[in-house]
Amino acid sequence: MSTKRIVVVSAGLSVPSSTRLLADMLADATSRAINARGVEVEVEHVELRGLAHALTDNLLTGFPSAELKKAIDAVHRADGVIAVTPVFSASYSGLFKTFFDVLETGVLDGKPVLAAATAGTARHSLVIEHALRPLLAYLHAVVVPTGVFAATEDFAAAGTGAEGDLQKRVDRAAAELAALVGGSTSDAGAAPAVVQRRLVEDEFESPTDFATLLKRASDGPPEY
Amino acid sequence: MGMQFGIFTVGDVTTDPTTGITPTEHERIKATVAIAKKAEEVGLDVFATGEHHNPPFIASNPTATLAYIGAQTENIILSTSTTLITTTDPVLIAEDYAKIQHLLDGRVDLMMGRGNTGPVYPWFGKDIRQGINLAVENYALLRRLWTETNVDWKGRFRTPLQGYTSTPRPLDGVAPFVWHGSIRSPEIAEQAAYYGDGFFHNHIFWPSSHAAQMVRLYRERFEHYGHGSQDQAIVGLGGQFFMRKNSQDAINEFRPYFDNAPVYGHGPALEDFMEATPLTVGSPQQVIERTLQFHEYVGDYQRQLFLIDHAGLPLKTVLEQLDLYGEILPTLRAEFAKLRKPGVPDAPTHAALVAKAGGPTDTAVYGAGDDATGTTDRDLDDPEVAKVLDGAL
Repeated sequence: MSTKRIVVVSAGLSVPSSTRLLADMLADATSRAINARGVEVEVEHVELRGLAHALTDNLLTGFPSAELKKAIDAVHRADGVIAVTPVFSASYSGLFKTFFDVLETGVLDGKPVLAAATAGTARHSLVIEHALRPLLAYLHAVVVPTGVFAATEDFAAAGTGAEGDLQKRVDRAAAELAALVGGSTSDAGAAPAVVQRRLVEDEFESPTDFATLLKRASDGPPEY
Repeated sequence: MGMQFGIFTVGDVTTDPTTGITPTEHERIKATVAIAKKAEEVGLDVFATGEHHNPPFIASNPTATLAYIGAQTENIILSTSTTLITTTDPVLIAEDYAKIQHLLDGRVDLMMGRGNTGPVYPWFGKDIRQGINLAVENYALLRRLWTETNVDWKGRFRTPLQGYTSTPRPLDGVAPFVWHGSIRSPEIAEQAAYYGDGFFHNHIFWPSSHAAQMVRLYRERFEHYGHGSQDQAIVGLGGQFFMRKNSQDAINEFRPYFDNAPVYGHGPALEDFMEATPLTVGSPQQVIERTLQFHEYVGDYQRQLFLIDHAGLPLKTVLEQLDLYGEILPTLRAEFAKLRKPGVPDAPTHAALVAKAGGPTDTAVYGAGDDATGTTDRDLDDPEVAKVLDGAL
């Protein structure tokens, strides 16, 4: 059974950051859940803070630096992604959004994603539903049903077994991601079939022949 | 001529960040002419102008510009960088460039590009989302207009043609050579390969890996379509340099232009951009060395153009760049010639294309007869006409 690759994208700014803390909890839980299915896991972290300049440069130049390209390629190759952002002004942070802005169309098609967010107050708790899910749905990712939101008080209560315990939500979301990432024979193909859009690299790999391009060009009603 | 060297411009009107002076459109247009004439003077082979229809550019109406420059030069090949095959009517392109071919005795070729931003397309009744399709259909028509007379045609993006003959016919019956330019659209490399045309990668502002990838695909598909082996494909590259005798002087002088440049300004540091893209800022020797490295990832190629006049660089500086370019030109020619494998085709010229076609032909359609008398002075079977042609009358 091949090793599953999980990439954790987190947009925390401080050190230590509660965003990274939540990212680590999710990564650990996901590893355990996948291991429990008898499958090896490899976890890679993409910390966006260190890529902040590169991300802005990419917006301006249209291409990623070598380091940013490595992060983008990791996400592209991942079997599952854990995406964690702090809440800024009622939504994901600009840094978090910029990373998804520079991904080529199609990179997240059908990709299992666990969405998570942190905030200073529980009043932001629906941010996953009103901000992260629409973004990831637009990118054709498959988002697990449980999103994990953690406010300051959740960290304080983590592990106490109290109702709404953060660890419980983390484990549930991780189990859902593990199921989508699959890997065991019993649920091979558990990930829903999603049409993969053609990337530029696919076109280089197997170019569309010119007869098809010609036909495609003239297909359709007159536009003059 | 094994390989051609030249310059290409996009015709931007940009404020000089070091003086705050913005050239007027008139000054920039005249500067473009001065740059082209200087390019010929220092021994370059090609001058290419872009085409844009929006500020801050003065690059509309490239055919007038090229004809005007052509009238004041003797040897330099005039080209485009690029001709907007998406939004320009192929009927006009066919006429305009055949006319320039005649005026300049074949000293012209073209590079096709999509090269427009979204807002530009609707001004010409087009839609950017159809960019590739427009490039494919329009060029297919353009080729027919240059190679066939009495064309019947129906397509998606322009009104149908019935019995249309584009005039004048291409000089000597041979259409201008065409390059197809694209940064990262494999479909355009495929198009160039299908027709056996040239492929040009602008090779500026982007990592050289883009150029390598596109050229590789073009060469493979060129062979696939039976035009010859991969190293017989016709490849052109762009590039960008700023030279001073002392490399630190070059960096100090160019940095403010780089930092404020359109397209990539206010982004990465000059040093990072030089590493990530083919931009070379330094001494003439550094420019020579970097340029020769292009050969490592595209192989033997036919045309090298540099962008040297953008980002608000004043005319005087640009002309100095051309002097330096002229100084390194013999070395560039000699070193590239040493690398060149035998059997690699020379850069395209009108004379070579005519020779390849087996000599000049007159493809003009002359009137079948005048409407009043039904007679024609071109009827070779008419003994009276024969007398005229023999000089007897």
